This record gives sequence, C-alpha cells and structure tokens, in this order.
Amino acid sequence: MTELYVEGDPIRDTKAPDGPIAERWDKRRFGAKLVNPANKRKLTVIVVGTGLAGGSAAATLAELGYQVKSFCYQDSPRRAHSIAAQGGINAAKNYRGDGDSIHRLFYDTVKGGDFRSRESNVHRLAQVSVEIIDQCVAQGVPFAREYGGLLDTRSFGGAQVSRTFYARGQTGQQLLLGAYQALARQIHAGNVEMHPRTEMLDLIVADGRARGIVTRDLVSGEVKSYFADAVVLASGGYGNVFFLSTNAKGCNVTATWRAHRRGALFANPCYTQIHPTCIPVSGDHQSKLTLMSESLRNDGRVWVPKKAGDTRKPYDIPVEERDYYLERIYPSFGNLVPRDIASRAAKNVCDEGRGVGPGGLGVYLDFKDAIDRLGRDAVEAKYGNLFEMYERITGEDPYTTPMRIYPAVHYTMGGLWVDYDLQSTIPGLFVIGEANFSDHGANRLGASALMQGLADGYFVLPNTIGDYLAAGPFGEVDSAAVAEAEEAVRTKVERLLSINGDRTPDSFHRELGQIMWDYCGMERTEEGLLKAIGMIRDLRDEFWKRVKVPGENEELNQALEKAGRIADFFELAELMCIDALHRSESCGGHFRAESQTEDGEAKRDDENFSYVAAWEFSEDKPVLHKEDLVFEYVKPSQRSYK
Amino acid sequence: MSAVSSPPKAQATSPTSAQAGNRLSPVAVHAQKARKPRTGSRRSSILLKAVMAVSGVVMIAFLVLHMIGNLKVLFGREDFNHYSHWLRTIGEPALPHEGFLWIMRVGLLVAVFAHMISATVLTVRAKRARPVAYKAKRKSVQQTYASRTMRWGGVIILAYILYHLLDLTLGVANPAGTGATPYDRFVADFQRWYIVAAYVVPLVLLGMHLRHGLWSAFQTLGLSNARRQRGINLFATGASTLLILGFLVGPAAVVIGVVK
Amino acid sequence: MKLTLQIWRQKNADDAGRMVTYQLDDVSPDMSFLEMLDVLNERLILEGEEPVAFDHDCREGICGMCGMVINGVPHGEQRATTTCQLHMRHFKDGETITIEPWRAAPFPVVKDLVVDRSAFDRIIEAGGYISVPTGSAPEAHAVPVPKPDADKAFEAAVCIGCGACVAACPNGSASLFTAAKITHLGLMPQGQPERDSRVKAMVDTADELGFGGCTNIGECTAVCPKGIPLETIARMNRDYLKATRG
Repeated sequence: MTELYVEGDPIRDTKAPDGPIAERWDKRRFGAKLVNPANKRKLTVIVVGTGLAGGSAAATLAELGYQVKSFCYQDSPRRAHSIAAQGGINAAKNYRGDGDSIHRLFYDTVKGGDFRSRESNVHRLAQVSVEIIDQCVAQGVPFAREYGGLLDTRSFGGAQVSRTFYARGQTGQQLLLGAYQALARQIHAGNVEMHPRTEMLDLIVADGRARGIVTRDLVSGEVKSYFADAVVLASGGYGNVFFLSTNAKGCNVTATWRAHRRGALFANPCYTQIHPTCIPVSGDHQSKLTLMSESLRNDGRVWVPKKAGDTRKPYDIPVEERDYYLERIYPSFGNLVPRDIASRAAKNVCDEGRGVGPGGLGVYLDFKDAIDRLGRDAVEAKYGNLFEMYERITGEDPYTTPMRIYPAVHYTMGGLWVDYDLQSTIPGLFVIGEANFSDHGANRLGASALMQGLADGYFVLPNTIGDYLAAGPFGEVDSAAVAEAEEAVRTKVERLLSINGDRTPDSFHRELGQIMWDYCGMERTEEGLLKAIGMIRDLRDEFWKRVKVPGENEELNQALEKAGRIADFFELAELMCIDALHRSESCGGHFRAESQTEDGEAKRDDENFSYVAAWEFSEDKPVLHKEDLVFEYVKPSQRSYK
Repeated sequence: MSAVSSPPKAQATSPTSAQAGNRLSPVAVHAQKARKPRTGSRRSSILLKAVMAVSGVVMIAFLVLHMIGNLKVLFGREDFNHYSHWLRTIGEPALPHEGFLWIMRVGLLVAVFAHMISATVLTVRAKRARPVAYKAKRKSVQQTYASRTMRWGGVIILAYILYHLLDLTLGVANPAGTGATPYDRFVADFQRWYIVAAYVVPLVLLGMHLRHGLWSAFQTLGLSNARRQRGINLFATGASTLLILGFLVGPAAVVIGVVK
Repeated sequence: MKLTLQIWRQKNADDAGRMVTYQLDDVSPDMSFLEMLDVLNERLILEGEEPVAFDHDCREGICGMCGMVINGVPHGEQRATTTCQLHMRHFKDGETITIEPWRAAPFPVVKDLVVDRSAFDRIIEAGGYISVPTGSAPEAHAVPVPKPDADKAFEAAVCIGCGACVAACPNGSASLFTAAKITHLGLMPQGQPERDSRVKAMVDTADELGFGGCTNIGECTAVCPKGIPLETIARMNRDYLKATRG
C-alpha cells in the first residue's frame, strides 16, 4: 500500500484565528488587510464557474469594486448545476423558536460530517447562514411563506429543528437565479466581463502566484489566456467520475484537477455522498440519474421481497413476505435514517439478490399505506410534482405501484484544500463551494450545500480575498509561464484529436464509472481498491491509445470536450482510490468494510485518522500531507440511529 | 502600472488576450449596434400593440352603432331613410351639416390608419424575428384559426370596407346607382346572391378578427389575468358573434323577403 | 423500436445547413430523447462522422440548456416537459421524427441543434434584478410578503430560460420570458422601487434585440415546460404602459 504514495510534512491552516469560537470570524475579518477603494478597480479577479458560489462571488466582488472576469462552460451563467438542488437551505434563524441557534447548526454540521471537518470553518458557516437568508429575500427570492407573510421553514434530513428555508422543490433554482441576477446587474454595469461557453483548461502560476487561466472557447476552439491578480475556482464537485450521478452531464473536475497539477493540494478525495432516493438505472443507455427528494421518505416505506429472486409484481407479494428492512434494522429512525445508512442498506439487500426492477438494482418506496392513511389527495398535495416527475421518467404510476429507488452519487465532500481564508496552497488561488473541501467533513447534511456555496461566495471570500489582494496589483505576468501553460493545453488537444482509435470517449467514461462504483462506491475494501487502481491504470493507457475524437479543434466539438474531461477523471479516480485505501477507517460517506461495528455500522478510528488528507500531485506518487483536526467544542462520538 | 487586463509582456505570447472583452455573441454585437442609432426611433412593440388595441376598440364602438342603425331597415323605408338623414344633422346648428359625421369619419380614418400602420410594423418585425421556417409541418398547439388569420384577415376586411363604401355610402358600385335612397340601395344589394356572398363571407371573417382582437386588446392593455381569462374569451366570442349576427339581420330580411 | 430521424445538420453559423436522415434500430422505449441521440452519436463517432451537436446539461428538466424542435413542436408534443425528460415511449415504432434547432433571428444557430440564446441574458442584464449589494439587506422578516403574492411570484420565477416560447412563437417574441421575470419581481414588495424602470428596460431591450411582438396567441405558454401562464404577459403590458405614461 505504501508503494502507492509517500507521506510528506504535515500541513497547518495558518489563517485560522484562535480564541473563543464565536469570535473567530470577527477576529479574522478585523485582522485581514483592507484594499483601498481606489485600488480595487486596478485589481482583477478571475472567477471560474457561475453556480451559487461562483455567481455570488463574482457579483459581490464586482460590487466591491474589483474588475471581475467570470467563466462558465454553459451557454449562460444561469445554468450552473446548483440550479438542480431541490430541498432547501439551512439557516440558524430560529424563527420557529424551536431551540435552534448558531451553535446548534454548528454542532449538527460537525457531527453530521462525522468529525472530519474543521470546527472554525463550520462555526463561521453557521454564523453567516442567517445573513444569506436576508440577502436572498432582499433579492426577491420567492421563498415559501406562511399565511402571515413570514418565511416558512421545514425540518429536513433528520434535523430535529425546523431550519430549512425552501421554495417548493426548486430552492436551488431560485437561489441561483438570485445570484445570477446580481451577476447580470454587474455585467450590465461593466464590472464583470462574462465568458460563457468557455472552459478553463489550465491555471497560470507565475512567480509562485496564481495569475490567470488558459481557456478554450468552446465555439471557436480558440485557446486563450486571461490574466488577473487572483483566481477563484468555483467549479463544483467531481461526482461525474462515476459517469452515472445526479450531477449535470457537463460537471467535471478539470479546473480543480489542473490547479492540483499546478501545486494545489487535493483534500479528502474519497469522501463522496451517495443519495439513497434516486430513480434506478433503466438500461445500458442510461446517461444520468435523477434524484427524488429525500422528503419522500417521510411517508414512503422502503421494502424488498424477503426471498431472493422474487419476480412477482409488488402487490402480488403478501405483506408477510416483504422485508421493510430499514424499519427492521433501525426501529427508532426507521425509513428516516441518514443518507449514507439508507444507501448502504439498499446496496446490501440488492447484493443479497433481493433487489427489484431491471438488473435487480432497486428497492421499493411504497406509498400505499400513506394513501390508505391520509387519502390520495393529501399525498398528491405533498408529493404530486415528484410523483409526476417519476411517472414521466419511468412510465409507472406511483399511486398504483410502488416507486423504485436506488442510491446514486450526489455530492463530493472532498476538493481542493483551502485555509480559513479559502485560499489554496497556491498563493492567489482561492477555491469556494463544492470545489473546496472545507465544511462538510466526511458527510454533508441535507440543505447544507446551498448554504455553503452562498456563504463562501457572498460573505466569506469577499472578506478574505482582500487580505491577499492588498499586496497587489502584482504586475506583469511572466510570459514564459503563459507560453508553457498554453502549449500544454494545445498539446493535449492535439493529442486527443490525433489518436483516432476505435472507441468513443463515452465508452471509456462508462467503464471508468463502473469501476469506481463497484470498488470505490458505497462500500470499499482494500482488495477492491487495489484492484480498481490497476484497472484504472490499464483503462487510462487504453484511452490514450484507442479513443476516437472526430472533428477538429476549431469548432464546437462536444466529443473533444468530453475526452479532455475524461482524461482528467482518470487521474482523479486513481487518487480517490488511493485516498480511500489509505483511510482504513470508516467515516461518513466513506465506508470501509474492514472497519465496521458488530452490527455492520461504520466505525471511525479517531486515534489514527482524525486528520484531513491533503494530497500533493506528483507524476510519480502522490504525497500525503496531514492536517490534524482539533475538536474543542464538539466531542467526537459514535453516531447511532438504532 | 497595472497588469491586470492585458500585460504587454504576456501579450506577446497570447496575442488575442487584448481582445478579452470581445467575446460577445453575435446577438450582443447586434444589440450594441442596434442600441445607438435606433434609440427613440424604434417604437416599442407594446406601445404599437396598445395603439392597435385602442384603435380597434374605437372601430368596434363604431361598428356597434353602425349595427344598431342597420337594424332600422326592419322598420321600413321611411324610418331607415329618416335615420340616415338624421345622422347628417346631428349637432346642428352648433355643427354644420354632416359635421358630426365628418368628425366621426376623420376619427375612424385615424383609427384605421393607426391600426394598419402598427399592424404593418409589427408584421415586418415578426417576419424579421422568424426568418427561417420549420421543415416539419407546423403543428399548432394553441393558436386558433382566428388568431392565425389576423393579418390576412385584416387585409381582406380592408378591401371589403373599400367596396362597402363604394357600394352603400357613395353608391357608385351599387346596382341601384348613386341616385337611390339608402334604403333602396340596401334592398337592391341583397336581392342579388353574389352581393349577399360578398357581404356574408367578409363579415364572418370580421367576426373572427374581432374575436381574437377583443381578447387581444384586453391582454395588451393589461386588463386580463388568469381568473378573468375565461370570461374575457367568452365575452370576446359572444360580443363578436352578436355584432355580426346583428349585421346579418338586415341582409337576411331582404333575402327572405321581409324587407323589400 | 426502429426510428427514422431527420435532423438539421449545420457545421457552423456560416454554413447553410440541411436536413440529414438517419436510421436508428434498437431504441428502447425507456430511453430519454437525449439518450436516443447519444446512441446515434456513439454510432456516428465510430463511423468517423461528426456527432450531432446539441445543448444539454442537467438532464432533469431544470437547467434549461436542452431544447430542440421535435416534429414541429419545441420540446416535443408532450406537455410541460423539457426535451431531456421526454421519453421514447411516447413515440411509435417505425416513426419518422424531425428534429430542428430553435428558429428565431435573435437565436442564431451555432452548430446543428445548438443555438446562441445569449439574447436572453441581455434582457435580464437590462433590468431583471433587484439592486441589493451583498451585505446591505435588511432582516428577512422586516417585510412580510402575502402568501398569495409569494406563490404567484414563484409560479413565474420557475422559468428556466430554455427559449421554447420564442421558438414556438410565430412572431419570434420573447414576451413570455420577459414577462415571467417582470411578474416575479413585480409581485414582490422588494421589487417595487425598480418596477417601472425594470419593465421599460427589459421590454425595450427585447425589442432592440430583434424579438417580435406578442399577438396573444398562446403558443408560448402551451409549449413552456414550466407552464408559465399567459397572464404574465398581460401584467407586463400593464406595467409597461403605466411606466410609459408616468
């Protein structure tokens, strides 16, 4: 195992203030250097990605007076995948008076992350959460309201307080459009230069600072560099390494991976969140997976046949021959156990051959009891739009036959390592939103992704980036560094186009995804991970020999875009497996079969693994840097949902 | 100096970076070009639509009066001709002879021209906005026959009105000639089947035009909402049907011989 | 299922473009429409041809990136459905399907089925926002919003900006898109200060970009995957006329 990586020096977050946790953010803000307003217009910031984090950051930085250049691969900044988030956004407003507080949100998030996140960061997130709601309401986000005109909240993802603000099942869309509109206002004012359909393919590091990016114009194929005094990556997560995930088809790791190759450490890559309620795969043609809101588990009952290989229609199976396995194994939480536990339980019953639907990869989520108890109308009022969506996709009517669900990759907690200022190990390179690793530890709670994206973009980064930019402008960019980066991009593109093999990019991506799902998915073993690393390396070699990319560079070439992204996924996949292999404990979304309790639950090993694994790129072997995690306010404990 | 946007040193290796701001889409470029010369000269589509709505309503109001006047034909030659004469004397002696009629005529002409000019400008814009047709045979999801025939329908109605003026107002195209009384002209017309057809067909077309026009006017003037939509549609259909039926009563009476 | 596809192929913005016919066997009724095109593209790549370019991203009906005119109807005949959520079970075995890009002058074709919809961004940039710099917001509960207003605003705010309304409109009008944003912000108390200037700026920009005017036909709302109601256009008209008068 040790031949796969080498261990380097430990790493430390030098920006994190000390003192009482509730005062740290104020302390840091006061300690950070300010940029003279007159100087701000002389400073340029590049923001890659226009989701909740990138869109809000670009808009806010422009409002502050910086010159902003914003980039996205989609045709409009409004399409970033934050738009697909359904459930809601957490905030410690305590409007319900049900005992919520900043400290409780902080506590729940640290615990939910299975004690693998930083207390300082999480506390700041909880503090800032209340400002987010104020900001979004002022932007006109149409949150759900009570009859008195005040904001409605609900309890989400097993939280015991009602702190989730929502806009029907489209909270992400509404929040993103709020950020997009703020961005549009700045574009109109000339403070943001927007570059849609432009993909970042490399980072320019000159004199030890991140100074720009190399991009490819997806319409003309032109490779072009843009320069700035700081670069912000808000390019999202890497769940598409699994090919099938709830991510958008275009989501990719290229921006962060290229930055990693230029020296930014990649932290906890193996932490992936697998969501239990997705619509199962219907055949080999499947191109992506669709999430069904977690709220369905409030009234739906999960079951599979007791007998393996039972192919009777669901309602032909008598109740006594059904296994309501979540209710059986977790009597107190039942169908409402956290995401990782529900996902793994589904996998286990399917592994036993008791799965339902095509390929046996699915479990029933049954509303018959709820319909009998509440009436069809009540169920329709609550879940009508979800049932409709399910029927549209599967052609089955959930009112008359149970839904089929199966877990799918949903979110990646890992990402580029950042300090308290959200700055990576490359000076001037900041990373925000899902692209960084900072706040969710080994597992993210429901409705916390939106919170983190907007916290980073609206409130944290705009405050911390000034400390770095106060020393700028940084002068001319070294042309040798630019030439080298552009040349690397052109060479890669030419190489991909020249192989002219006999396999499509997607066929490689599917195969890679299957390897990752089988060996680095819901359950990981040393043996499986070692096998996976070998398979990934072989497949990557094959890719560079046999991939076929038609067309040319100087046009809209979607096959070329895909191939470039897959090439980076190969490298990431290997690092994920190495990270999963080295972390022989189970924690949060990372379940190692070797580390479980007698009941088959995840068993953490705080003694040996209470650290962030930050990986340094090396062509030879990745170098592991450990950042120790200290818990002063929330004492690590074992989760139990029995 | 600041190196932020395009440092000269880097420019050497990346000649295109100086054009950093040029990645605007064709549309954006078009918009920038369009914005300057056109400011002020390009009337907003909504204003043009409002002009159409208001002028349309003016014309409908006229049609209602016209229809009611037409019904006088049922009361016989005397009544009808007297009514026709009375129209010319409204407002006397404050107004000169036919004064009121001329005010109305000028008002109507303004309405007709405003309606036509707006329609033409909007049609040209619509054609420019959709220069390429779909290859697939277009399936209308929502639009009605009436809404689809607004433009050509309008042109046909215009032609019909010109004929109608020559026929019954000026009498030059009337079988009874210029010397006949309005009543005689009316009767002479509808004793001939082809003139009946020349009136009925455009009137039905006019009815459809009014149906969509009325609905459209409510929508354009912002008087419609989801709750009222059904009511407005019913009103538009009912009002235009009634109006056209009213117009058809006279000719029908001639055809069946009640009026002769 | 066996299908005959007639697809618009156009190499780039300058190319004249033409319809090309493809035969596709082994289409599963469980496939989404885009997955069916994926199958075609995989084959085309192996045959050394260029795959059909089409925009898509989330494939769950919310990003608004996908969209093609299927048998003459934007997003196909299935109501309230984006192209990515349209499934092949709604087509017949042996059917011929015609697939074309959105057609409107302000949406020039980039390649094959991909069009440039940045005109929509220009409309939003003109005024589709509430000016509230980060950090300047009052406490969220300072201004209550009546629930019916919030619900109605939400109904309009779900617009995904796909452009189907423009593609369906015989006048190439962006009225439904523009009206959806004007309605959303115009119903919120936070949107009142800029209500007049917003509607002026957005509508005038849509006109300048070359979109046509509305003739109140309702094709737009019929093909809208999110069912944005036609009454939003009436509201926009009312707001515009009021803003112009005052």
